[in-house]
Amino acid sequence: MTAFFALIKRDIRIALRQLSDTLIVIVFFVISASLFPFGVGAEPNLLARMAPGVLWVTALLSAMLSFDRLFQNDFEDGTLELLVIAPQPLWLSALAKIAAHWITTGFPVLLVAPLIGIMLNLKPEGLAVLLAAMALGTSIISLIGALGAALTLGSRRSGVLLSLLILPLAVPVLIFGSGAVEASIGGYPVSQQLLMLSGLLLACLVLCPWGCAAALRIANE
Amino acid sequence: MLQKYANPKRFLTLANSVLPWTTCATVILIVAGLYFAFAASPPDYQQGQTVRIMYVHVPSAWMAMFAYAFIVVASAVGLIWKHPVAHVGALAAAPIGACFTLICLATGSLWGKPMWGTWWVWDARLTSVLILFFLYLGFIALANAFDDSSRGEKASAILALIGGINLPIIKFSVDWWNTLHQPASVSKIDMPSIHSSMLTPLLLMGIGFTALFVTLVIIRVRAELASRRINALRAAKIHAEVAGG
Repeated sequence: MTAFFALIKRDIRIALRQLSDTLIVIVFFVISASLFPFGVGAEPNLLARMAPGVLWVTALLSAMLSFDRLFQNDFEDGTLELLVIAPQPLWLSALAKIAAHWITTGFPVLLVAPLIGIMLNLKPEGLAVLLAAMALGTSIISLIGALGAALTLGSRRSGVLLSLLILPLAVPVLIFGSGAVEASIGGYPVSQQLLMLSGLLLACLVLCPWGCAAALRIANE
Repeated sequence: MLQKYANPKRFLTLANSVLPWTTCATVILIVAGLYFAFAASPPDYQQGQTVRIMYVHVPSAWMAMFAYAFIVVASAVGLIWKHPVAHVGALAAAPIGACFTLICLATGSLWGKPMWGTWWVWDARLTSVLILFFLYLGFIALANAFDDSSRGEKASAILALIGGINLPIIKFSVDWWNTLHQPASVSKIDMPSIHSSMLTPLLLMGIGFTALFVTLVIIRVRAELASRRINALRAAKIHAEVAGG
């Protein structure tokens, strides 16, 4: 487990040193969400109706910007080879890198999301549920995205390819995530959607690190 | 059994002996199916002649799912037993499955226009078939994204496994989403228990499409194995020239 936490610490330190990489995700999230009023009109009721969906879609798209560098640098400088032959199981190392990715990109998005929610006239009673659902949802996106990043490692046009692989798989997150926020605004119970998201998170926690490890092994053959 | 056909040569012997049969079956079944579909079956009392779209649409939908299941199984076999021909088979099936999915979407849309009055609705079934199409595209793109083809086939095999696990979840969540957002805005026509005059062409076309799928997969696997053999021979020749010269 020391290696696990050391890996997380190392990745966070690298992310802090290259802060612009993290910031660009947040900036993209804010800018793309603020484009919607220009596109559909600034009518408050319309914005309030669209806010949950807009927040989730833009959060998902902005996360796409961050995955190509998840394993790329380690792949190029040989760190990944060491992780593959290290005594720590590879899925655990992959999980550490995913956790670090969530802390450096998912968590900041989570912090900014209520702000954008307010700008889009999201009703205040939806904010708490938005935070809870996004905490679960961004973790799932980190897990699925890491799988895509591992699979496309060393390929041509990996950025575009990554979106093609991940976005269809992320549809359930989008459905239950915005469903939870919409239900809370409408005054309905949200436990079903949040439980579904938690279930998805558990399933991804089991599957994605394993898939990542298999893909990283193939990349290092 | 499985290990025996990991040898491409042995597989080709089997494939070549099966191919004429599946080709004949494809032609006979589809011709018979089309005859029953267009001439020998009655127009629907509600939908009129447009019901005949069903004889292409429904078998395509079956094949879209069947081909993906085939890819998932072939990928699993390829990964678990390091079976080279299984990987080739999965890659060969992918564009065919994608075509069936596209045919299903296109005919569905053509059928939807006269029946529902619109080309496209975000109905649960339509949406999940659309996502299935995206999964096919991702699989094909990933398989072709590497300079080293063996890397591509293994990576796409992992993707197919994950996609296969995810597909029921997507299907379920789309059903859920649909009931949440669209409470019966499109009144779907209830299928009464289907009459045998319609069931015959439907089944004929279904089995015919399956035979077509098998035929096309065999042809594509054969072509891929041949092209690999040519590459290997070329490489060997260049090696010999370099060593000799």
